Amino acid sequence: MNAKSISAQWRPAAILGLLVLLLIAPFVLPTYPLSVLTEILIFTLFAMSLNIVLGYAGLPSLGHSAFFGTGGYAVGLLAKYFGTPAPLALLIAVVAGIVLALITGPFVLRTHGAYFLILTLSLTQVLFGIVWLWRRVTGGDDGLPGIPTPKLPFLLGRVSDTANFYYLTLIVVGIAIATIAWVVRSPFGLALVGIRENERYLEGLGYPTWTLKYVAYALAGGYGALAGGLFAYFKGFVGPGQISWLLAGEGMVMVILGGAGTFWGPAIGTILVLLLRYEVSAFTQRWVMILGIVFILTVLLLPQGIVRLPNRIRELRAQLQREAPLPRPRAPAHQTPSERTVEQVIERS
Amino acid sequence: MPVNTASLVIGLSYASLLFLVSVGLSVVFGLMRFVNLATGSLYLIGGYIGWSVARSTGNFLLALVAGALAALVVGILIERGFLQRLHRKELLQVCLTLGVAYIVQDVTRWIWGGDPLRLRPPELLRGSMELFGSVVPIYRVALIGIGAVLAVLVWYLLERTKWGAYVRAGVDDLEMVECLGINARRIFAIVFSLGALLCGLGGALGTPVTGVAPGTDIQLQLMALIVVVIGGLGSVTGAIIASIVVALVDTIVRTFWPEASFFAVWALAALVLIVRPQGLLGRAA
Repeated sequence: MNAKSISAQWRPAAILGLLVLLLIAPFVLPTYPLSVLTEILIFTLFAMSLNIVLGYAGLPSLGHSAFFGTGGYAVGLLAKYFGTPAPLALLIAVVAGIVLALITGPFVLRTHGAYFLILTLSLTQVLFGIVWLWRRVTGGDDGLPGIPTPKLPFLLGRVSDTANFYYLTLIVVGIAIATIAWVVRSPFGLALVGIRENERYLEGLGYPTWTLKYVAYALAGGYGALAGGLFAYFKGFVGPGQISWLLAGEGMVMVILGGAGTFWGPAIGTILVLLLRYEVSAFTQRWVMILGIVFILTVLLLPQGIVRLPNRIRELRAQLQREAPLPRPRAPAHQTPSERTVEQVIERS
Repeated sequence: MPVNTASLVIGLSYASLLFLVSVGLSVVFGLMRFVNLATGSLYLIGGYIGWSVARSTGNFLLALVAGALAALVVGILIERGFLQRLHRKELLQVCLTLGVAYIVQDVTRWIWGGDPLRLRPPELLRGSMELFGSVVPIYRVALIGIGAVLAVLVWYLLERTKWGAYVRAGVDDLEMVECLGINARRIFAIVFSLGALLCGLGGALGTPVTGVAPGTDIQLQLMALIVVVIGGLGSVTGAIIASIVVALVDTIVRTFWPEASFFAVWALAALVLIVRPQGLLGRAA
């Protein structure tokens, strides 16, 4: 039995352990680290939603913040004008994100590669401009302040407000991530990987590649808007900054650093980028440079993302022992193709 | 008259700078599908080095040479050090060049501080002149001239020489070019270096007009990306036309609707790509 399948065996236990840690976090952590953890959860969802298009389908979107901002503004506008309760507002935010993706999808999906990158970026900038100039409704660059933070009713009075919102985020993000896991491991998700690797081949096999990409784009939009809605609640504020392409770029970096097209990569990338931003900036002014160095080192040493670090170490160790690198894990014969995990498919590609 | 000569001159001089920054990016893009997000950083380096040299020697021409050479050196370092091993891996290229851009921005902020620096044009080109009934700065007019000369030079090099034919063939079908026994990697390295040189030259030339500050790199980078995709990847003529169109639109909107200036060019880019997904002069992907 090789190391890969051992780690696969322990995966359920690891996820359970992580979940327990996340559940007891509010009892251990002070307020500030807990709010950073909340933000990490929200941006993990953001990065994972981007990963659906960027990592799995291989579409280099630099405009994912458009959905994040749409979700945020949906929540902000509903709270400001209608006082809509949070569950409904988040649902509407998701619908808004999907609708935006369905509208822009036919245009952006006509382009490829660098053109796709710039068109998504351009549309995001246009949305930014609309929000910026439509001061009467969106508040322009002042944004919409004073969005009330929703609370879980059954925890009221038992935990602090920060912890309450943390649990709410944990539940929403947890459900979302579980559904993303289901989506990317489904035949649909595997077909997306196929499109990334060889679109023509998949077309030849009879897959409706355009429709698959369109659906992936819409799904990513919906999840991105959900993250944006949560973030608007988290900050109690939504502004044009939440549509800014800088955010889209940051999301892209999170996904690539962690490992595009891997399931947990974006989460690792998010943790890394946010911790660098908050923790390293606290003791040095040069954190931008450190971030740049981290990018370059990741590309040079771990081109498949930080999530591949254990594999890389194993490979290097094998090389040091003057052995051939470990053979790639083969899927057991009794496993049917549809049961293969995405990681295995990527590993083999 | 809504568009007078002055705004035309300002727009066209900006177009010169945009062309210098974007032409290398465009050809490299087209040749190797290589996404260089450190283009703006090369401009920044050219600007800062040019500023320092002009300050200490008082010689503007020397400043131009120094700025261009500094960008060339950094460009060669990037190409030799990293890019060679990232052929056809777009996401990694994005990540790597973004990392370079971050480092360059931080290092330059460290050395030159965060305040915008501006250079006075050389003695000969100071002041203003009258052109078709309106008063325009001489330096801007000179910039248009320099940009036009360089554009013709680059166009000639790529469209009329044998070496340029190799490059254009590489844009069309890199593998075929390699099959014919032409060293595509060397061509790529030369194109990349020349592009970096032009970027640095643009930075030094632009210092009296746009100034340099942390953030100039991002601004120029984004504009260059817009120019490149509007013009079409790998097309010099496209880059020339798109530079002029983007710069004029930017200048005109800036004059008449300042609040909308930052996204007008984006709307233009979105429009062009929606109508023509491969850019104005790009070939269908």
